[in-house]
Amino acid sequence: MSTYRTHLLLCGGTACHATGSQAVKEALLKEIAKQGLEKEVRVIETGCNGFCAQGPVMVVQPEGIFYQKLTPKDIPYLVEEHFLKGRPVERLFYVEPASSETIPGMNEIPFFSRQVLRVLRNKGAIDPEKIDEYIARDGYLGTAKALLEMTPDEIIAELEKSGLRGRGGAGFPTYLKWKFAKASPGEVKYMLCNADEGDPGAFMDRSVLEADPHAVLEGMIIGAKTIGAHYGYIYCRAEYPLALRRLDIAISQAREYGLLGKDILGSGFDFDLEVYQGAGAFVCGEETALMHSIEGKRGMPRPRPPFPAQQGLWKRPSVLNNVETLANVPQIILKGGDWYASVGTEGSKGTKVFALSGDVINIGLVEVPMGITLRDIIFEIGGGIPDGKKFKAVQLGGPSGGCVPEHLLDTPTDYEAISKVGAIMGSGGMIVMDEETCMVDMARFFIDFCKEESCGKCTPCREGTKRMLEILERITEGKGEIEDIERLEELSRFVKDSALCGLGQTAPNPVLSTIRYFREEYEAHILEGRCPALVCQALITYSIDTEACKSCGLCKKNCPAEAITGSKKPPEPFVIHEEKCIHCGVCFSGCPFDAIKKSSGSKVARAA
Amino acid sequence: MAKLTIEDLKRIKEQVKKDTALREGGATVKITVHMGTCGIAAGAREVMDALLQEMAETDRQDIRVVTSGCMGMCSSEPNVTVEVQGHDPVVYQGMDANKMRQVFKRHVLLGEVQTDFALARMKEESPEEGSAEQET
Repeated sequence: MSTYRTHLLLCGGTACHATGSQAVKEALLKEIAKQGLEKEVRVIETGCNGFCAQGPVMVVQPEGIFYQKLTPKDIPYLVEEHFLKGRPVERLFYVEPASSETIPGMNEIPFFSRQVLRVLRNKGAIDPEKIDEYIARDGYLGTAKALLEMTPDEIIAELEKSGLRGRGGAGFPTYLKWKFAKASPGEVKYMLCNADEGDPGAFMDRSVLEADPHAVLEGMIIGAKTIGAHYGYIYCRAEYPLALRRLDIAISQAREYGLLGKDILGSGFDFDLEVYQGAGAFVCGEETALMHSIEGKRGMPRPRPPFPAQQGLWKRPSVLNNVETLANVPQIILKGGDWYASVGTEGSKGTKVFALSGDVINIGLVEVPMGITLRDIIFEIGGGIPDGKKFKAVQLGGPSGGCVPEHLLDTPTDYEAISKVGAIMGSGGMIVMDEETCMVDMARFFIDFCKEESCGKCTPCREGTKRMLEILERITEGKGEIEDIERLEELSRFVKDSALCGLGQTAPNPVLSTIRYFREEYEAHILEGRCPALVCQALITYSIDTEACKSCGLCKKNCPAEAITGSKKPPEPFVIHEEKCIHCGVCFSGCPFDAIKKSSGSKVARAA
Repeated sequence: MAKLTIEDLKRIKEQVKKDTALREGGATVKITVHMGTCGIAAGAREVMDALLQEMAETDRQDIRVVTSGCMGMCSSEPNVTVEVQGHDPVVYQGMDANKMRQVFKRHVLLGEVQTDFALARMKEESPEEGSAEQET
């Protein structure tokens, strides 16, 4: 028997798969064999490392060196230089954008060094397809403690002490949910996990399932013991094939070890579960719709009460927790509620995982202590806005949330503080927008999403989102009236107050928050026919800057509407004819000399 | 696999931890095998093989093996540097598999610097003391 001297922790999350980590893995294995290092250097495919923008990424242990943007072409040199001869390859290191400094050590990179890993503690450190590696990092010890040493009331007390609140978005105290379900009479109860992550730009739950599926299983076993359930479901969308595969592997390994099934760890407690694949409908993230879907019915919500804790799946008492919530539970049991509550704010304890995306340098998954400001997340961890552009707003909580403008960036990540500024903590989606984002268009995008995803059961949501979309489309086309802003606000209030479920009740949030903070943009569209961010196609005029134009003729060749005239020989200046222009933007994006200029507002309300 | 008990769980944890400890940091001993072209030509690969066999046989989880390039003393290759936390590094020269095993068993595990193979600039060690000080 021999032992390995180096572990290569290659990221195998969905994002790194997409950027080619499988090909890198094959190249690594081939080259390591070629150099005769297969008994010294081991390649481990981990779950999502979190630094998705730099993928495929790999961490070399024990040195802790971080390599990024690997391609199969880099591998022969890397293996010979670093893994054989011990000379780390600098050109594959991370480069700090601000200082252009190369940083070899993962823990020195600001993106990683500011994070506090609890839910993601195993990300990139274990092979998620090997239960033994999970056990080596205290896996299933929380389950053992809960099953063998604790009563349901003690578990609830520990959770209450921890201050854990639902990470799916609403922030309802987890201990209360469990307490109500435990108190509900009934022989048959269900423990459910919501892995139907549907917000655009959110991928926290997917990453947890891909990197650490056993943590979620543990949370479910502990929850089941607490409320007295013996069967459970994980509701996960079919659009997450890798997460589903790793879940299946985890479940069968746990069954093999008797960690699922009858008499778990000799405690006399029985629990088993199955994965239910959803078709990816946004509304099925709503708890009653999700339960209908598992029952084989159309995924539609029903009025509450009765709440699922009294009458849930198949009218039995049920608890539904989000992936991230459940992944927190085993550590709270193992290390205690006080440990968990040692970070965070008064009302929001522990850590929160955010999926940082949009116009930000370090796109990826970050876990931070509650209470850290939005500015710290976006500028310290996220590295700020790329290409020297200015920050405009950040959308929290996806289509149910709201945007936060620059002057409120020092708002702490705290459930109450964030809802005070008109956004929500949400499940953790954080879409950063730079100055070239049109806020009216952004609101239109989210309302369009909600209109598409509305299940149609209740009129306020079905009709309200449709009417709001019509008004927003009108405004982005320069056909709006000043009364439209008031109409939008009024409709928003109606839909919020009367929709049946969370989808409709929160759908107007992006509209309300953009009107609240960016009313002048709505007014510019309506009164001046001008889109300040130069996004809304109908309000943009394209023209050619004759100074910069080199008369290459590319724009004329590409124009689908034949709206451009001009020639090099005989010299005749290139001109865009507004009456023929369809505002497709092909000339703008195709000009090699940046000679095509966009402007807006020069023609007042073209449509009029 | 039969049903696990809590004892099984702890046993698996200890077994696998030995293998994954490499990823956790917190080493107290670092052994560097210098693997420049000169080192490999002089037999550094055999030294590494022997070292990894020794590693497999020990229960210590705080020892890290790394490679590095040529130190610039090609004539004394294969070179191996042993760094025990709190002590100055000791560079060994002209290593082979047997010497490596000896250094591992005596210096790494027991703390006795093997002065016979150490580079000349190491201070003579007094027989009573188990540690070496580097001359400055």
